[in-house]
Amino acid sequence: MNLKQIREFIIEKAIFLCGLVSIIGIILIFVFLIKEGGSFFLKESLRDFLLGIHWYPTSTPAKFGILPLILGSLLVTGAAISIAVPLGVAGAIFIAEIAKGSLKEFLKSSVELIQAIPSVVLGFLGAKALGGYVMDWFNLSSGLTAFTAALLLAFMALPTIISVMEDAITAVPKRYRESALAMGSTKWQAIYRVVLPAAASGMAAAIMLGIGRAIGETMVVAMASGNAAIIPGFPSGILGPVKTLTATIATETAEASGRHIQSLFAIAIALFLITLGVNVSADFLVHKKKVK
Amino acid sequence: MRINPRHTEKFIFGSLFSVSLIILVPISWVLLITLKYGLSVINLDFLTKSPTFNAGGGIYPAILGTILLVIGTIVVSLPIGLGAAIYLSEYSSKNLLTRIIRIGIISLAGVPSIVYGLFGFSFFVLFLGFDKSLLAGALTLSLMILPVVITASREAIDAVPEHFREVSLSLGATKWQTIRHAVIPHALSGILTGTILGIGRAAGETAPILLIASAWLVNTPTSVVGRGGRFMALPNYLYSTYALVGKSMENPNTPYGIALVLMLLVFLITLPAIIIRAKLRKERKW
Repeated sequence: MNLKQIREFIIEKAIFLCGLVSIIGIILIFVFLIKEGGSFFLKESLRDFLLGIHWYPTSTPAKFGILPLILGSLLVTGAAISIAVPLGVAGAIFIAEIAKGSLKEFLKSSVELIQAIPSVVLGFLGAKALGGYVMDWFNLSSGLTAFTAALLLAFMALPTIISVMEDAITAVPKRYRESALAMGSTKWQAIYRVVLPAAASGMAAAIMLGIGRAIGETMVVAMASGNAAIIPGFPSGILGPVKTLTATIATETAEASGRHIQSLFAIAIALFLITLGVNVSADFLVHKKKVK
Repeated sequence: MRINPRHTEKFIFGSLFSVSLIILVPISWVLLITLKYGLSVINLDFLTKSPTFNAGGGIYPAILGTILLVIGTIVVSLPIGLGAAIYLSEYSSKNLLTRIIRIGIISLAGVPSIVYGLFGFSFFVLFLGFDKSLLAGALTLSLMILPVVITASREAIDAVPEHFREVSLSLGATKWQTIRHAVIPHALSGILTGTILGIGRAAGETAPILLIASAWLVNTPTSVVGRGGRFMALPNYLYSTYALVGKSMENPNTPYGIALVLMLLVFLITLPAIIIRAKLRKERKW
């Protein structure tokens, strides 16, 4: 082997290694979550953990039931998604099919700008300013509620939803629209009857990714949701404080020790598995065989 | 009576337009409020002094910490992400391993930021013994934005026309020479744009380095790893001052000032990407 071949060989292996980093990373994350949190399940039953209704990690005896946290996450995420999806669908259709020229560019960069706002800034403004409005609107004693966090999360999920949906809509072949228009449909009829059905699986994926983003978001809920680990009532719970899975980890880890910290890693394992499931199924939807 | 579809269309397009404008309301709200309360806080001392007790003084160590973190994150994530993208675009074949790598990337992209925080702390800080250092922070953030870098780089590399490679190979260049001289130069601006956008986001992240960044330091880091590598970061400092609000903060508007500086910094980091991209759209060569 001459020098050139050796160099080529080394570079090829190095590049191969880089290719493997993402797998190594995801495995390492999982292994270390298990390493720190797995021993929690040696003493606690999975059932008591997932279905226990009391999260009293520091009292004696400590209780580690994460049902209030799961419900808190579901409530905030569900509310956020029901606000973000209609806005996102309308925005995506408008940007992809109707807006032109500088208006389109302007809207696209505005959506991108949302992504650049750090979540801790949104959390802070949400807790300080938005919380005040929510308190006044609904005549509450505190503005730090599931609803406040949901409004902020909806805003944060919008860029993901809009950009993935826009891609899905734009990817529908041009001839679909042309055929519909040639048959005398209006532009809206073409969008509604032809383009949107063809883009449906990609749009569903966009919603899934938005859900994944909302479940995993941490700082906004840690700062604006009130952080009370209680089972939220329905529907009144939306205007009360809740505590989510992510916020629990963020607010408690620094002071936790012993079994408490193990339980927080156990929550992280649950979160890891939930978001993994959501994201892999979203990817499956994106790459699902398109209509022939 | 049948409604004229042209009228329906006008009505629907009008509604879609107004809904799209609603998206702009929160953005303007965030910018206006931060400017309103934050601008008065910012002066030279605020930007160049160390913080004192109760969130008084300046935020210099936090600004410096965030900038150093960003540099570290670029240094780590760009070569690895680019390497992974080259592997996927140029070397890999459609087999099981490639599928697994793809799933790995998607999964990494979906891991919640706070889970990165727990992982970074238990792996880099405790297991590898890096202490709460810049290195531990930069590595955690790098892993988090790796999917963004890989995806952006792949898109840019895949956009380089196939005949560029064929010409280079037919002239006797090796595969690596082809990639190095005929592919990467043409994909470079796309790669940089995507990477910078990802890093701008990393600069504003709090949760991944929640357990790594120090809440309050007077000194700036003296090394990359170990105790001397301890650092403050702007987002995390904003979070710790949030806890002080209403208690005993010297100036209650300080958090707004931090938020404003943080957003400006993120904007300055992403600005090159925006410029490169605008240029790129103008002068596509093929």
